[in-house]
Amino acid sequence: MKPTEGVGMPRSAEIDLQDQYSPTGKDAKWINDTFLNPMTFLISLFVLGLLLWVMIRFNKRANPTPSKTSHNTTIEIIWTLVPVIILVVIAVPSIRLIAAQYEPAPENAVTVKVTGYQWNWGYTYPDHGGFEVISNMLSDEEAVKRGEPKLLAVDNRMVVPAGVPIRIQTTAADVIHSFAVPSLWFKLDSVPGRLNEKQLIIEKPGVYYGQCSELCGARHAFMPIAVEALPQAQFEAWVRKQGGTVPTDAPAAPAAAAATPAVPATTPAPAAPAAQ
Amino acid sequence: MTTIAANPADLRDDHHHDADHKPAFFARWFLSTNHKDIGTLYLIFAIFAGIIGGAISGLMRVELAEPGIQYLQTWASMMKGSGASLDESYHMWNVLITSHGLIMVFFMVMPAMIGGFGNWFVPIMIGAPDMAFPRMNNISFWLTFVAFIMLLGSCFMPGGTGLGAGTGWTVYAPLSTSGSPGPAVDMAIFSLHLAGAASILGAVNFIATILNMRAPGMTLHKMPLFVWSVLVTAFLLLLALPVLAAAITMLLVDRNFGGAFFDAAAGGDPVLYQHLFWFFGHPEVYIMILPGFGIVSHIISTFSRKPVFGYLGMAYAMVAIGAVGFIVWAHHMYTSGMSVNVKMYFTAATMVIAVPTGIKIFSWIATMWGGSISFRVPMVWAIGFIFMFTVGGVTGVVLANGGIDDVLHDTYYVVAHFHYVLSLGAVFGLFAGFYYWFPKMSGKHMNELLGHLHFWIFFIGVNVLFFPMHFLGNSGMPRRYPDYPEAYAYWNAIASQGYNIMAVGVLIFFVNVIWSLAAGRRAEDNPWGEGATTLEWTLSSPPPFHQFETLPTIK
Repeated sequence: MKPTEGVGMPRSAEIDLQDQYSPTGKDAKWINDTFLNPMTFLISLFVLGLLLWVMIRFNKRANPTPSKTSHNTTIEIIWTLVPVIILVVIAVPSIRLIAAQYEPAPENAVTVKVTGYQWNWGYTYPDHGGFEVISNMLSDEEAVKRGEPKLLAVDNRMVVPAGVPIRIQTTAADVIHSFAVPSLWFKLDSVPGRLNEKQLIIEKPGVYYGQCSELCGARHAFMPIAVEALPQAQFEAWVRKQGGTVPTDAPAAPAAAAATPAVPATTPAPAAPAAQ
Repeated sequence: MTTIAANPADLRDDHHHDADHKPAFFARWFLSTNHKDIGTLYLIFAIFAGIIGGAISGLMRVELAEPGIQYLQTWASMMKGSGASLDESYHMWNVLITSHGLIMVFFMVMPAMIGGFGNWFVPIMIGAPDMAFPRMNNISFWLTFVAFIMLLGSCFMPGGTGLGAGTGWTVYAPLSTSGSPGPAVDMAIFSLHLAGAASILGAVNFIATILNMRAPGMTLHKMPLFVWSVLVTAFLLLLALPVLAAAITMLLVDRNFGGAFFDAAAGGDPVLYQHLFWFFGHPEVYIMILPGFGIVSHIISTFSRKPVFGYLGMAYAMVAIGAVGFIVWAHHMYTSGMSVNVKMYFTAATMVIAVPTGIKIFSWIATMWGGSISFRVPMVWAIGFIFMFTVGGVTGVVLANGGIDDVLHDTYYVVAHFHYVLSLGAVFGLFAGFYYWFPKMSGKHMNELLGHLHFWIFFIGVNVLFFPMHFLGNSGMPRRYPDYPEAYAYWNAIASQGYNIMAVGVLIFFVNVIWSLAAGRRAEDNPWGEGATTLEWTLSSPPPFHQFETLPTIK
């Protein structure tokens, strides 16, 4: 699938967050745009306004004799309580957002286990036969040839179905990495010895780029992430092409069940390119 | 605030008295036990460290000015003495970010704020002749000096992929353990040990001095706010640094003695290191900014010719910031995989800090309100501090939200945020304090025109440099990257221009310092007029070698 310009990737000279393609991402961006950004602007401008006002009104030419005021209990209570109220107004949607982001994925969600390596990503599909796809950055020339952004394009993408819940599990093989895709509002550290888990729903088919977001050594900047969300049928076709199995196939064809033991033996190899 | 005993002239020591007998050069500057001399040493040290740390950020901005790797490989080859591979060059990038962070935090801001201004003015402001433990004070300085040399030395040692420690200033395991073989990281850790020990000793010294050596009548509630700020800072140092020392000692054990504190394969936990580090690391950011709060309070009051508004509120706001600062550390780790309740708690607790910070901002403005403000150079820096710190503060509230931080964590938005509170907050506080106290410390006035020029050029430069980083972070550019996709080129180019503007400002500062030392107008005892009410302005400029042989009495 070809990426769409400006979707799932940064735009040149952009000042805002990337457009969001997951439900929690849309919620979060709404909270940011409705509460947080206006709050930062209003408070900064309010303080700037006050500063300008006192500089004009109370400079030594305009006000040669200073007042001796050093206390005013009422105003002190006001400027303690008003920020508290502002923070409570922010905290309510913010806490609710955290709760929504921690909704566990349903039992039948597609699981993808993301492993960070120095310096590439491995995507394992335990529900689909357990094959692993190793994803390396494309060279600049190769990325340009394929019409993808440099430093973001990869040889093998993490392919997932669009519109259904996905269970992302992250871990790492050597040092800590962080699996991050800004347009899906998704960032979860890959920590050796730990399995972090979070639900992800991608609303639309498309290609969504991200980059490793925890310092992991020399080539930290050169292990990008590309998530390709496909309609369910195409995703299943992709799985079969990788030599994986599709769980819904099993009951329909009992004969295939006998053959399954053979699958794990061949699983890790097919997708992994020799270059490492 | 303080009011000073009847006739300030009575408190001044006679210049030709024994009090002004100075030891010979070597004994005075290398074996120093005089708080003012040690303060001067710290300031000179911090300026040199700042030049190195600032030059490193210059290298980074040059490399980041356009996409692609332009200079890194040349620099890495120069360091190595022969052709460096691409991986070695990328490693050098990590060494640059690591050194820049550690130098600016441990060897520029802290030595200048606490070692420099703290040593110089805490004893004077409380009416004490010197620090409580003058020799320990000397040890603190020289440990810091050796620590800095060790950190610089580590850049030339093998550190895994290339020369130097490329772990980031946070030294996260396992990148800093199994991920970085070679002596560089050990050396950097030893450097932190020494700097930490120096700071702990310094903290003990300040606490003992402030609690025991205040002049008669100087109760805690009459103490100048800068002394309050250093007292709170000293407690933060005393409680936070041992935790860092423990964490990095565990790193050493893991690296060299088969330990497994942070090695998951042997039952350890890498995230434990992050908890320990940030338990120190979050108070550390207040350690860097609190003395600036104190300095700015004095300057605002002096040049508004009004006492500080809400003095007690200001003092206890700092205490509150210090206390709450210890229970918010995991907001640096929102994406590390914490449980939902923990994330909610740290979101709520972090936002609480905005309340005492807001009290301080509004109290400074209220101090100016009704005042008779003269826009001398220190005042201009202090006003700049208030606004820039506000901008850094509100983006801090954005990042406090765990659910929002998921997209901004480890992006340039965070870089923008902490440079607004440190490069534009703490550093503005440092410049404000330097212009404010330079006449007192040197006996010479600084040039007003150059000072204003420095302010405006620096102010424009740092804003052009750091404001676009908010945009880069919003659109997703991760931190600690030597190269980036083309979409990020626009704002990176502008940020690099901002660095150049800022550098011109700093150059003007150095010209001003050199010119003022050589040919500056002689400073009176109190160059700032009736608004300057603290004890240092009752002494000569510069003060006698030993002040307050007769203790002043505070009414």
